[in-house]
Amino acid sequence: MTSTPSIAVHCQSIRRSFGSGDARIEVLRGVDFEARRGEMTFLVGPSGCGKTTLISIIAGLLDASAGDVTLFGSKPASMTSRGQILFRRSHLGFVFQQYNLLPALTAAENAAVPLLAAGMKHREAVDRATAMLQRLGIGEKASVLPRLLSGGQQQRVALARALVHEPRLIICDEPTAALDHKSGESVMELLATAAVHPERAVVVVTHDNRVFHFAHRISHMNDGVITHTTTH
Amino acid sequence: MNFVAFRMLIGDRAKYIGLIFAVAFSTFLLQNQISIFAGIMKNTGHRVIDITDAEVWVMDPQTRYFDENKALKDTDLTRVRGVPGVEYAVRLFKGNPVARTNTGRFATCVALGLDDATLTGAPRHMILGSWEALRRPHQIVIDKAGYLMLFPGEPLELGRELELNDQRVEIAGISDALPGFVSLPIIHARYSEALNFQGRQRLQLSFVLARPQAGLAPEELALRIQDATGLKARTTWQFAWDCVAYYVQNTGIPVNFGITIAVATLVGLVVTGQTFYLFTVENLKQFGALKAIGVTNMRLLGMILLQAVTVWFVGYGLGSALAATFFNITLNVIATRHITLLWQSAAGVGIFMLFVVLLASVAGLQRVLKLQPAEVFRS
Repeated sequence: MTSTPSIAVHCQSIRRSFGSGDARIEVLRGVDFEARRGEMTFLVGPSGCGKTTLISIIAGLLDASAGDVTLFGSKPASMTSRGQILFRRSHLGFVFQQYNLLPALTAAENAAVPLLAAGMKHREAVDRATAMLQRLGIGEKASVLPRLLSGGQQQRVALARALVHEPRLIICDEPTAALDHKSGESVMELLATAAVHPERAVVVVTHDNRVFHFAHRISHMNDGVITHTTTH
Repeated sequence: MNFVAFRMLIGDRAKYIGLIFAVAFSTFLLQNQISIFAGIMKNTGHRVIDITDAEVWVMDPQTRYFDENKALKDTDLTRVRGVPGVEYAVRLFKGNPVARTNTGRFATCVALGLDDATLTGAPRHMILGSWEALRRPHQIVIDKAGYLMLFPGEPLELGRELELNDQRVEIAGISDALPGFVSLPIIHARYSEALNFQGRQRLQLSFVLARPQAGLAPEELALRIQDATGLKARTTWQFAWDCVAYYVQNTGIPVNFGITIAVATLVGLVVTGQTFYLFTVENLKQFGALKAIGVTNMRLLGMILLQAVTVWFVGYGLGSALAATFFNITLNVIATRHITLLWQSAAGVGIFMLFVVLLASVAGLQRVLKLQPAEVFRS
C-alpha cells in the first residue's frame, strides 16, 4: 500500500470492462488516481472517458475488474458486502448531477436521510439536517419540498445531505451540469468552503471548465486512463 | 427509514389514491359478491334450519331438497316411530297454496302444516302474537316479510283474514322467519288445516320430523331410520346442506357469481398488483440513491413491505368499510335482510389482497435488489 497520511483515495491500476467476447468494452485501462485530504480533486475529461465508472468504483458502487482502491488506508473491496455498505454510509457523501432528492420529503428530511439510514431518531436527524441547511444558506427552505426549490437550491440540499453525517470523502458527479453558471459557481463556492476540511477529501467529476479554478488538483482523464494531473 | 418509506408512499397523492382505490375496489367487489352468493345459498336451507324442534328429517328416498318432495304414506310415520332411539316423530306438511287478501292481493305461499297435537316445528321467533294460538281453529302464523308482501305499507296487526283455497283463516301471529331462496310468505298452520289450503292429493305427508333419545347422535338416528324404513333420513344440517348443494349444482347462480368473483379476483390481482409494481419501479431511482447512500437491501425490503402493508391496510379497511356499509343498508330491505358480510369472506379476501400486494412488492423488490447503485450516476 502506498498511502501516506495526506492521501485519502488511492487507486492503483484500476481496470474495468463491460460485456464479454466481441462486445467486451474496456472502460478503465489501468487508472492510477489519488485524492488528498483537505483538497478538492477534480476528475475531468470528455464524455465516455470513464470518469463515472471510476468514481463508482471509488465509492464502492461498482467492482473493479482489476486493481486496488484504498480509502483512508482501508480496502473496501476486501470487506463483506454489508461491511462495504456500512463503510459507505459512514465515510462517503454523494452529490449527484440530478440531485436525486426524494420528492416526497422536505429539504430538511432529504438532508437527514444519511442520518436516518444510520438509525438516528427522526427529530434529531432533521434538527441536524436543518442546521446544515442553515450553514449552506437555505435554512429558510428546510420545510419546503424539492419541487418548489430552484435547481441551485436543490443542489444545496443535496450538498447538505452529502455533508450532514460528516463523511471523510465526498464524491460529486457533475454537480453544476444542471445549473446555470451563476448557480453553479455558487454551489462550487459552498463546496469549497463547507466541504473542504483537513480530514476530508472531495472528488468532483465535471466537464465545466468554468469552475476549474476551485480545484486544488485536476486529474485529466481520456480513453480510460489518467493522462496527467495538474495542481493549482 | 420507515418514515421515509411512508412519505415516499403518500408523497405522490395521485398514485397513492390509485393504489388505495385499486385495493379498496377489489376488496369491496370480492367481499360483496362472495357474501351475497353465500347469503343466497344459505337462504336455500333456511326453511330446514328454521324448524328447530326436529333434528332428523325423514323423506322419500328421491327427495333432493326441501322445495321438491314426494309425499310419504301415513304409515311411514308409524314406521319411523318404531325405530329404536326415536324420542318422538311427527308429521309435517309442506304445500304452496295461494293466499288472497280481502283487497284481492294474492301471493303463493309456503304453507307448513304442523302436528296438531304437539305443534312441533312452530316458529320460535314471534314478532306479534303466539304460535300457541294455532291450537284454535282457522288460525295461522305468517312471517313478517310475507305479511308485508300481502299487506304492503300497513302496520303489523293480528286478526286480519286471508283466504286459502276457499278457506278463511285469521292471522294469530307474526313470526320472524328466516328468508328462503324465493321470497314467499311462510304460513304455519295445524296439519289438519294446512291440508285444506290446496287441492288434495292421495298422499299428503311431506316429511316426518324426528328427534333422537338423549345420548343418541342425530347422525346415528338418521342411519338407523334409513336402515329400518328404506326412507331417506338426514339431520337438519345435512338436509340444509343438501338444499344448498342442489341449488349450486342445478342453477346458474354459482356460474354467474363465479364469473363476477373471477373478474374481481383478476382485477384485484392485475390492477392492484400492477399498480403497486409500477409504483415501486417508478421509484427505482430513489431506491438507487438510497442504496448509494448506504441503505442496506434488508432495509429497502422493510421499506417496500411497509409500503405494501400500509396500502393493504388502508385499502382493505376502506373496501371492508364500504362492504359493511352496503350490507348494513341491505339489512333493512326485507328481501336481503339476512345477507350479511361474512367474517369468512372478510378474512379470506383480506388474506388474498395481502397476498396480492406482497406478490407485487416482491416483483418490484427484485428490481430494487438487482439495481446497481452506480446507476444513480447515470443522468
